[in-house]
Amino acid sequence: MTTAAPSGDKQGFRFPYSLSIEKRVEDVPRWAPAATSIGSILIAFLISGIILKLIGGQPLVVLKFFYAATFGSWAVISDTLVKATPLIMVGLASVVAFKMKLWNIGAEGQFYMGAFFASLVVLVPLVSEDTPRVIVITLMLVFSIIGGAFWGFIPGFLKARFAVNEIITTLMLNYIAVLWNNFWIFNSWSDAGFQMTPQFIKAAWLPRLADYARQISGFSGMTLHLGIIFAVIAAIFVKWVLDRSKWGYEIKLTGDNPEAARYAGINIKRNMILVMMFSGALAGLAGMSEITGVVHRLQERISPGYGFTGIIIAWLAKLNPLAVIPVSILFGALIVAGREIQPAGLASLLQGIVLFMVISSDFFLRYKVRLARRAA
Amino acid sequence: MNLVIILHAGLATGTILLFAAIGEIYAERAGILNLGVEGMMLLGAMAGFATSLATNNVWLGLAAAMLVGGVLSLAHGLVTIHLQADQVVSGLSLTFLGTGLALVLGEGLTGQSPPLVPDFAIPLLSEIPFVGPVFFADHSLLTYVGYLLIPAVWYYIYHTRPGLHLRAVGEKPEAADTLGVNVYGLRYMYVFIGGCLAGLAGATISLSVSPGWYSTQTTSGQGWIAIGLVIFAQWNPVRAAFGAYLFGALRRGILDLQGPAILLGFANPLFVNSNYGFFLQMTPYILTILALVIGSRTAVRKRIGAPAALGIPYIRGERGL
Repeated sequence: MTTAAPSGDKQGFRFPYSLSIEKRVEDVPRWAPAATSIGSILIAFLISGIILKLIGGQPLVVLKFFYAATFGSWAVISDTLVKATPLIMVGLASVVAFKMKLWNIGAEGQFYMGAFFASLVVLVPLVSEDTPRVIVITLMLVFSIIGGAFWGFIPGFLKARFAVNEIITTLMLNYIAVLWNNFWIFNSWSDAGFQMTPQFIKAAWLPRLADYARQISGFSGMTLHLGIIFAVIAAIFVKWVLDRSKWGYEIKLTGDNPEAARYAGINIKRNMILVMMFSGALAGLAGMSEITGVVHRLQERISPGYGFTGIIIAWLAKLNPLAVIPVSILFGALIVAGREIQPAGLASLLQGIVLFMVISSDFFLRYKVRLARRAA
Repeated sequence: MNLVIILHAGLATGTILLFAAIGEIYAERAGILNLGVEGMMLLGAMAGFATSLATNNVWLGLAAAMLVGGVLSLAHGLVTIHLQADQVVSGLSLTFLGTGLALVLGEGLTGQSPPLVPDFAIPLLSEIPFVGPVFFADHSLLTYVGYLLIPAVWYYIYHTRPGLHLRAVGEKPEAADTLGVNVYGLRYMYVFIGGCLAGLAGATISLSVSPGWYSTQTTSGQGWIAIGLVIFAQWNPVRAAFGAYLFGALRRGILDLQGPAILLGFANPLFVNSNYGFFLQMTPYILTILALVIGSRTAVRKRIGAPAALGIPYIRGERGL
């Protein structure tokens, strides 16, 4: 396929170069997808810097601040990893769904539902004051997975049964989940009228590095908690499911070629529901990790849009579960810095540009674009 | 609970969804799914508000909102039309981009009061009992523009030659291309028009319906509801208008439920404990889901589907899928 440059064909002047676009026949080198992702991030930083400069900010100062606030010392690296923890899990949630071309935009709501269900364990309460920590945490883990999976089941079922567009339903369920949580936080579980529940019992707190400061003094003040281990295990598990299990093969085949999947006898509708539930469960787990590892209570705004950032992370990681980890760390850094960087929307802006760059760069992986001198 | 007030407010707030949904119908009819409506609306709301404030001229504000929404949508156009990227992901990034830009550029706009779109009554028509006060009295100019837009868009899409081209580009672009229709050009144009209308929808909020700049709370998900509405309306502008106004009225009716202490002879639970209001606030989102379920069922029964080429990039010189 060759397209002429749009300029100057009709006039006497002819643009001396033409743009030729050809579909790549050979495979792109293995490093190319990673390179485009990194390039996209760099360009996004550059563009955001220019926008910041244009509105009268000081991009270099902000960048220096960004580095100091996110990777400058062990303590802030710990903070960055704390933010990366839920991102890894919601990123994985998006990876799983997107592999089957299911547009689960509802990780945000599934995150809240996971947090809500996990809270049930200590707020109803289903455990007593002196239940061992292992049991409390395990129960909360299971509950959060059920909660997230339930919130993923609804859009999955509606799509499988009624062919209802999952983008809209997952989004609407986000709003519903947040309002649902608010009702409980403001009404039944409110701590003395504050918009949060009372603090969870100590047995429901995930262990933190700081808890071991007495043994290893370097850990004092570090907030990194056990959730990061959950996240890494989840990444390895998702990698295994997608690459090594029969079900993972079905998911990928359905995503790449639904027609072939149907002929192969794969039950697409059942998988639709199951994948949405799996995706929701991962997001729900992230909600549990956040309330038991960081805030130790259910409260408003436990997520500053993690669910949406997860979508970008999944795409930037090219839907590779293990690549989700480093990408999440970068975005964790963005969130840590974004709390203090002014103006407030800068982080969201940067995310939007990154995503645009990534999907645009895919074109250059699929096509060869060459500027060729036009024959006279 | 006054029916006239609820219907009146329904028409006013429904206008927001109407503009956004009609814009999205244009884009989707041309085969481009644009999920960035929320972002374009928010940026439009911000740009309209800021421009009206800076120039002291509300018309410039509306123009700026439309322009900004349109220009932002062209980013989506470029990425999906020429670079053939996935429309879902591109639309999502457009929402991030629009939201981010609106928040960055909208710093310090909260609490300001620019000139707003004027409200007025239509002479004679507003005197008709019941119909007058509901449809033709004390509405903003934008509501009246909305009334005129519905038949105009309907006529354009179904009964004009450019409308035929629009539908052809979205249903079978390779056939349209064979007949000399400029597929890429038209797709850009309708994506742009969709963006303009989304921007206008945003400005309808910030300069008329609930004036002010409240960061992301300004649009609070209405862009997404508009996209749901388009599916529910099966890409038909008249159905979309009906849905938009109905939605607007329901939203207002729900708000009014919280007011009275006695409802139907019982103590109003919403008045006793305002926290039950959270459930009321869920209703627009639940209704959207229900509307989609109902819409999908009738669509399946009547075999009405989305424009056939919706979401599929058109690559000139390659066989259509």
